Amino acid sequence: MIKGSRAPLPLLVPALIGLVFLVLPLIALLVRTPWARLPELLTGAEVWQALRLSLVCATAATAVSLVIGVPLAWLLARVEFPGRGLVRALVTLPLVLPPVVGGVALLMALGRNGVVGRYLDDWFGVTLPFTTAGVVVAEAFVAMPFLVISVEGTLRAADPRFEEAAATLGASRFTAFRRVTLPLIAPGIAAGAVLAWARALGEFGATITFAGNFPGRTQTMPLAVYLALQSDPDAAIALSLVLLTVSVAVLAGLRDRWMTAS
Amino acid sequence: MLTRSLAVAGAAVALLALSACSSSDSDGNSGRLSGTVNVFAAASLEQSFTELGASFEKAHPGTKVVFNFGGSDSLAAGINSGAPADVFAAASPKTMALVTGKGGNAGEPETFVRNQLEIATLSGNPHHIASLKDLTESGLKVVLCDEAVPCGTAAKKAFDASGLKLTPVSLEEDVKAALTKVVLKEADAAVVYQTDVRAAGDKVEGVPFPEAAGAVNDYPIALLKDTGNAKAARAFMDLVQSPDGQRVLTGAGFLAP
Repeated sequence: MIKGSRAPLPLLVPALIGLVFLVLPLIALLVRTPWARLPELLTGAEVWQALRLSLVCATAATAVSLVIGVPLAWLLARVEFPGRGLVRALVTLPLVLPPVVGGVALLMALGRNGVVGRYLDDWFGVTLPFTTAGVVVAEAFVAMPFLVISVEGTLRAADPRFEEAAATLGASRFTAFRRVTLPLIAPGIAAGAVLAWARALGEFGATITFAGNFPGRTQTMPLAVYLALQSDPDAAIALSLVLLTVSVAVLAGLRDRWMTAS
Repeated sequence: MLTRSLAVAGAAVALLALSACSSSDSDGNSGRLSGTVNVFAAASLEQSFTELGASFEKAHPGTKVVFNFGGSDSLAAGINSGAPADVFAAASPKTMALVTGKGGNAGEPETFVRNQLEIATLSGNPHHIASLKDLTESGLKVVLCDEAVPCGTAAKKAFDASGLKLTPVSLEEDVKAALTKVVLKEADAAVVYQTDVRAAGDKVEGVPFPEAAGAVNDYPIALLKDTGNAKAARAFMDLVQSPDGQRVLTGAGFLAP
């Protein structure tokens, strides 16, 4: 550990600028919060509706990501197959894709007139756009790569010899995964799930593009913030404050897991 | 090769001279216009203003018109937060008032066109929508603009006036987003502007409805006080309000003020 006084200036100065850059906007949000109007702004039914929808959808999207993302991470980390690098690149693509583009792509795939969506509609009468399920799909699309990358990294770091030992003792590969691998990588899964949940909670572009905006059904907090900003900036700041509080609470609650995960 | 590039250069010089001529003609005053004009305009103005911007740049070489199209409310919020704009063209007096009211960011607004609502539905009108009431039929997916944006305010006015109650599947953030949902066939119908229906060509079918007459939107345009290029900005506003500009706008489906 280097003492603060010995940190070289060429590193210290940009480091401090970086810190201020990241923290200043959040402080500004607090400075400009209309504290006096806050109770009035936050007691509106729409606020809680949007917050509840956000929490439900982000949690559902995380659950979906866990169910299909963890096996996908296992596949990428443990099974040799041709084109694995390409598959990994495809999985991480939604990480770098602008969310609005993700939303458009989802419409093309799962929209009522989409490549797959038209059959969902014809055969099952299911249409995803403009539904809460559509919000979950959009959020899972954007958030799952965070989980997959995190879990895959943990799997690669975990010693495969434990699984091999389990196999030599007669466990099937699935049993070994369930009884040995999963407990071993649990911290990595938790970290990935938190990342995915946080990303899903903040999702805006893919959601408004794919699922639209209707209070109580598809209007999550970020959408409510965006639309409030246009008519009532004070309300937008108040809503942002709620999201900020939720995010800080989640980070604080999972701090210990974060530490052990790394 | 050489002769060809010379010919191209010659043509370019001729073109420059020609447009310089026309600029001094249409300009009227002595000073040459230059620099960038930042125009913040309602999403519904995109096609016509882009066309007007191109003819403005042609008439005044050395100028550049940069557009920022979007929902009038978010544009107004941007201007009030200090976004660099010279001209603001809004889709309603209410959104314009956000800019003109607050400490006087803008000069006196002038109404330059009006726009009327129309139902946009899938091409061929498979659901046989003929009136505003038809939209309230159950099973029909209808998108409206959010009430924060002028097209949403106008639609609400039309529905309120007719005593109809509609539950849309989505309240979109601007008129183009509402139209897009119909173009992509995700929604069966949207209440948008006549101009948007026309701009979408045969991808959607327009259904006029009588209640629209009671919810016509005035489009005001104003010069912003913080403009760094008042002369060119004023000239662009003049073009919008000139007979040439009005021809382009009415051609796109706007109503004369």
